[in-house]
Amino acid sequence: MKVNNVILQFTAKIVFFIIFFFAIHIFFAGHYTPGGGFVGGLVTASAIVLLIIAFDLNTVQRLLPINYVYLVAIGLILALGTAAISMFVDQPFFTHFFDYFYLPLFGKTSLHTAALFDLGVYLVVVGVTMTIIQTIGDDE
Amino acid sequence: MLQILCLFIPIIAAFFMPFLFKKIRNVHTGWFVLIVPLFLVVYYSTFIPAVSKGETVIEQLSWIPSLGISFVSYIDGLSLLFSLLISGIGALVVLYSIFYLNRKKEQLHNFYIYLLIFMSAMLGVVQSDNMITLYFFWELTSISSFLLIGYWFNRDKSRFGALKSMMITVAGGMLMLGGFVLLSLMGGTFSIRALIEQAPQLATNDLFIVALVLILLGAFTKSAQFPFYIWLPDAMEAPTPVSAYLHSATMVKAGIYLVARFTPIFALSEVWVWLVAGIGLLTLFWGSFFALKQTDLKGILAFSTVSQLGLIMSLLGVSAIAYHIDGAEDTVFKYAAFAAIFHLINHATFKGSLFMIAGIVDHETGTRDIRKLGGLMSLMPVSFTVALIGSFSMAGLPPFNGFLSKEMFLTAMLSVTEFDLFNFSTWGPLFPIIAWVASVFTFIYSFYFVFKTFTGKLNVDQLPTKPHEAPIGMLISPVLLAGLVVTIFFIPNIVTDTFVKPAVVAIQPFLYSSPYDVNIHVSAWHGPTTELYMTIGIVVVGLLLFLTLSKWQKLYSALPERFTLNRLYDFTINELLGSWMTRFSKLYMTGSIRKYLAYMFTAIPVIVIGTLIVKNAFAFKFEGSSPIHLYEIILILVLVIGTITTVFARSRITSIIALGAVGYTVSLFFVIFNAPDLALTQLVIETISVALFLMAFYHLPKFSKVEERTRFKFGRAFVSIAVGIMVTLVALSSHSQKFIESISSYYKETVYSEAGGGNIVNVILVDYRGFDTLFEIAVLAIAGISIFAMIKLRLSRKEKNYESK
Repeated sequence: MKVNNVILQFTAKIVFFIIFFFAIHIFFAGHYTPGGGFVGGLVTASAIVLLIIAFDLNTVQRLLPINYVYLVAIGLILALGTAAISMFVDQPFFTHFFDYFYLPLFGKTSLHTAALFDLGVYLVVVGVTMTIIQTIGDDE
Repeated sequence: MLQILCLFIPIIAAFFMPFLFKKIRNVHTGWFVLIVPLFLVVYYSTFIPAVSKGETVIEQLSWIPSLGISFVSYIDGLSLLFSLLISGIGALVVLYSIFYLNRKKEQLHNFYIYLLIFMSAMLGVVQSDNMITLYFFWELTSISSFLLIGYWFNRDKSRFGALKSMMITVAGGMLMLGGFVLLSLMGGTFSIRALIEQAPQLATNDLFIVALVLILLGAFTKSAQFPFYIWLPDAMEAPTPVSAYLHSATMVKAGIYLVARFTPIFALSEVWVWLVAGIGLLTLFWGSFFALKQTDLKGILAFSTVSQLGLIMSLLGVSAIAYHIDGAEDTVFKYAAFAAIFHLINHATFKGSLFMIAGIVDHETGTRDIRKLGGLMSLMPVSFTVALIGSFSMAGLPPFNGFLSKEMFLTAMLSVTEFDLFNFSTWGPLFPIIAWVASVFTFIYSFYFVFKTFTGKLNVDQLPTKPHEAPIGMLISPVLLAGLVVTIFFIPNIVTDTFVKPAVVAIQPFLYSSPYDVNIHVSAWHGPTTELYMTIGIVVVGLLLFLTLSKWQKLYSALPERFTLNRLYDFTINELLGSWMTRFSKLYMTGSIRKYLAYMFTAIPVIVIGTLIVKNAFAFKFEGSSPIHLYEIILILVLVIGTITTVFARSRITSIIALGAVGYTVSLFFVIFNAPDLALTQLVIETISVALFLMAFYHLPKFSKVEERTRFKFGRAFVSIAVGIMVTLVALSSHSQKFIESISSYYKETVYSEAGGGNIVNVILVDYRGFDTLFEIAVLAIAGISIFAMIKLRLSRKEKNYESK
């Protein structure tokens, strides 16, 4: 018997974006205010979980055709690569660089390689959380 | 260089044997092997003129120079004698084995490789001046002898004998290594010659006796002394050439060599004299007594070897007394070392030939059981002659070389009573008495061996094959050895001048400076002395007892089997080390994780609290603590209630919820302690883990889903309380004594200027200490992939099972 969860599904469609943007906000704000890649990743995962609860695993897989195991790998490579960049310019492993740039649309912006590393963390956390939930959810 | 190389020539030759065996099928591989010992005999003979003048030759090859370990070929009287024995008897044994082992049926390449390795190892043992390389070669003899005894590895008894000899000799070797290390610590060198020079200083060291006992244990296990002789009779499962070579002439004399070599170092100690002489004499008696119980030809010879080794050992022990007497070179004590070396040569000759005869009898009749044998004299006249010569020499009868050395043995034993040293005045008289009784038994078993085999009634039906004389090739070696037995009797002084005297100088360097100083002249007729009367007594009593043997031999079976040393060995190996140790392991390795956790959590508080008490490290100060607010008290109450509920809850679901409450309270703590990042993370993670717990709970199997409270166990409560107290004590103490300022001020100052950020926590995570984060995400990734793998792989396995059904 399939229950028609109209209210839940409708709400989920809206709330998903609110949570997702909140996660993006936490992620980018991490360097100056509480937040960062770890929490950002967890919150993003919770947004996807909300979709899974409202719809079902297959629908969400169709909507977001992501192989989360690959996401973990991409995150790890990104984090490691960011840490390794400095070695190409004769700096110790894990030296970060940052400076202020003038970008169109954003104005004066600080760009930091730590953000790339944090992006790696973010991707790994999303990937791992979703892998665990998906595999356990798939399990009979 | 050649001198060092000669140590390794047999091993190098061993490399070629498999090729020769596989490629040249129609020539017995033994012929190629024979070249090696023959070359060595010739090579070592060239040293005789120099060495008999008392010179020594030394050559050295560094192995590990930084540790002072090198291969040394040190040739003096003692090592030259042994080297010639090894290569000479080696050549005869190889010759014998060519006819003994069948070219088509046996794995000859294996046999000769083992034999050649053994030959190298033995040469290394007797020529090494460096104790570490001596040990190296020593263990190589154990290993190659293990391989040789287990040569017919598809027989149970061979494997058993090989393992037994390995266990005993390697155990002794290990102990000996310990003795060597102690000696080198005392003397500061591995070189035996250098140690001999500082022998008087060494004797005052506290570790001297320990080193002495350890080295003696090594020598006793190798030389089959009481109570370690038990491996030798079982080693008789080896092919007869091996028994003749290893277990009569060479390997079992490695212990003798060791004792002789170390006599100049240890002879100053009373313990040495008593141990070597006493154990030697005990072994002599024991071996000769139990030789008569044996029914296997090689068994008799094994016990006889044990007994003769004991004889040599006791002579070496008595020779050490000479160090304690001024002017010993003029007393009868000088005979002991001389007799030991002389008898060693004689034993190698007659025992080698006897083993070969036993092999021939086995080979030609198909059995070695003395109860089935008899009357072979007319069928195998040559073998009989050789056996007769060997046995009479072993019994100590003229005109064979055993007579000469036995007389000197009796002289040496009688000399013990003459001096009032080390309480020998009370125990001394026992020495000649035991020696005499043992000699009587030696006489009986020598006759038993030869006459039960070759005379009496021939029972062809009982024998597996029809007996006939052995081929000539097989007889060459024993006949040559028997010829030596007789020759040595008639020209003893040539032999002693060439070999024995230089060796005696090596054993007693403080007594003699050159072989010419050894003023001993061997003569077959030495006048009507006590020794001669003792020998006549031996012959008379021995003959009487031999003729009445059938009446009293049953006595042996009256001795209970339960109290033998073999039973003790079996008990040690099977019961003590086997089942008892297993039982002991099972006592604590129960397989229950709960038990193991109990061990760990008992050990940790014991160690930590013990350290706190011993180091007096406990401290308790309130200085610098923050004031406590109402929030904190309330949150702590909630936390405590949550914890207590978790532990004492009746149902699991209550525990899970209470655990969640604890987690959320902790995140509230993070909030009031100004850790927003932690609070955020803790909140989300707690939610996820509670969800996972609930899922695990939901999937519990139905039949065991009995709701029941955790049973209270006093032990567990005690352990957990102890752990709690420990953690509290450590936390309080470490908080109360801070010695170093925190480094956090650096982060505060540089977070913006150096790292371009504002959130210290995040900047630490990704910048200052990003390394940790890198590996933490790696941990996460591994965890995620493991869960994926566990679930997916299990599913695929299940599917496969369905398919196969």
